[in-house]
Amino acid sequence: MSPLRALLGREISLAWGRGGGPLLALGFLAAVTTLMPLALGPAPAPLAAVAGGVVWVALALSTLIALERLFQRDFENGALDLISLGPLPLEVVAAVKCLAQWLVTGAPLALAAPIAAVALGAPARAAPLIALVSALGGVAFAFLGGTGAALALASRRGGVLIALIVLPLLIPPVIFGGAAIGAFEAGLPYLTGLAFLAAYSLAAAALAPLAMAGACRNALS
Amino acid sequence: MITRLHIEALSIQRGERVLLSGVSAAIKAGEAVALTGANGSGKTSLLRAVAGLVRPSAGAVRFEGVAEADEARRGGLHLIGHQDGFDPGRPARDELAFQVRWLGGEAGAATAAAERLGLARQLDLEVRRLSAGQRRRLALARLIAAPRPLWLLDEPLAPLDAPSRGLFGEIMAAHLAGGGLILAAVHDPMPIQARILEIGA
Repeated sequence: MSPLRALLGREISLAWGRGGGPLLALGFLAAVTTLMPLALGPAPAPLAAVAGGVVWVALALSTLIALERLFQRDFENGALDLISLGPLPLEVVAAVKCLAQWLVTGAPLALAAPIAAVALGAPARAAPLIALVSALGGVAFAFLGGTGAALALASRRGGVLIALIVLPLLIPPVIFGGAAIGAFEAGLPYLTGLAFLAAYSLAAAALAPLAMAGACRNALS
Repeated sequence: MITRLHIEALSIQRGERVLLSGVSAAIKAGEAVALTGANGSGKTSLLRAVAGLVRPSAGAVRFEGVAEADEARRGGLHLIGHQDGFDPGRPARDELAFQVRWLGGEAGAATAAAERLGLARQLDLEVRRLSAGQRRRLALARLIAAPRPLWLLDEPLAPLDAPSRGLFGEIMAAHLAGGGLILAAVHDPMPIQARILEIGA
């Protein structure tokens, strides 16, 4: 389908440049990973205990950095007007935008997260699970962050508003993902946390486009 | 294919403020209507209401020749507004190609249309490097490259120089001859034969 491919191509190219793209998100993750041992002290034991959780939280926050302007630029330069006169409904457009955002920043972060965690002292056998949790959680972060970005469209202090709207919604996936990583490292059953995280991400991907499209229509009228 | 546009007693309100009240008009295929009126008389709001971006508080917009209004808006009309919808950081060629493909045209037609409007050398520049007139011509290129019957134009001539105005007059005349409809908000006289609809008088 040509219009859909055209849109995905444009969104990926925009996500690449918007807010520094993948480099900024990866840089943020690297900064947190580097600063954490300096703050907690050099002893390996306490670091290793929190490594998985710290990386997971850093990941949640670094996905949000790039999301602020997900809709803002298109709204300001009139591209959203044009896009709403196209063949696909705004719900699909919103989903494509979030998907492109995940491909450009979420996927590289999911690859980098296990490296950061292992560097902090997490067991190497947890690396595949950390990558899986990061990839799954990244979907939820992208769609929830997109919802915040769309709701903040017509307001001036958008960034603050996004944080207020989105942070409460990020609590469940952070808990589920953190629990799965913690349980695995402790040798306990971890599939429950993983399943809850997957369910939450799928629900976000299914429901958030409706909210984003509604918020965009509201901002345009 | 839209054969007729009916605007029926259209009113638009933003909160307590009335932007437009009781405007009626009909445009048939092959006809151009010049929407005139003072600044702030609601010309832009009227165009956006026809495009479905603004919900009217009363009245209706009907399209003849298509099953429902949604279908007309998804595939039957162009809106050229004050903002052209180009991302300033991307090359003009990519942005135009995206817009044209999104609106149902071919990427090859986009280049041809830009060349016809004299933008062959500007296509590889970032959109931010183009002048206001060049950007407007780039936006007009999508009218040619993605054929749609109803053109909603918001002061299309304002940033254009005299030769471009003449050229765009020819393009509009060709569109009307092919059964198109044009509703344009203007302050200057249109370079083609157009019925005048004054609002806010």
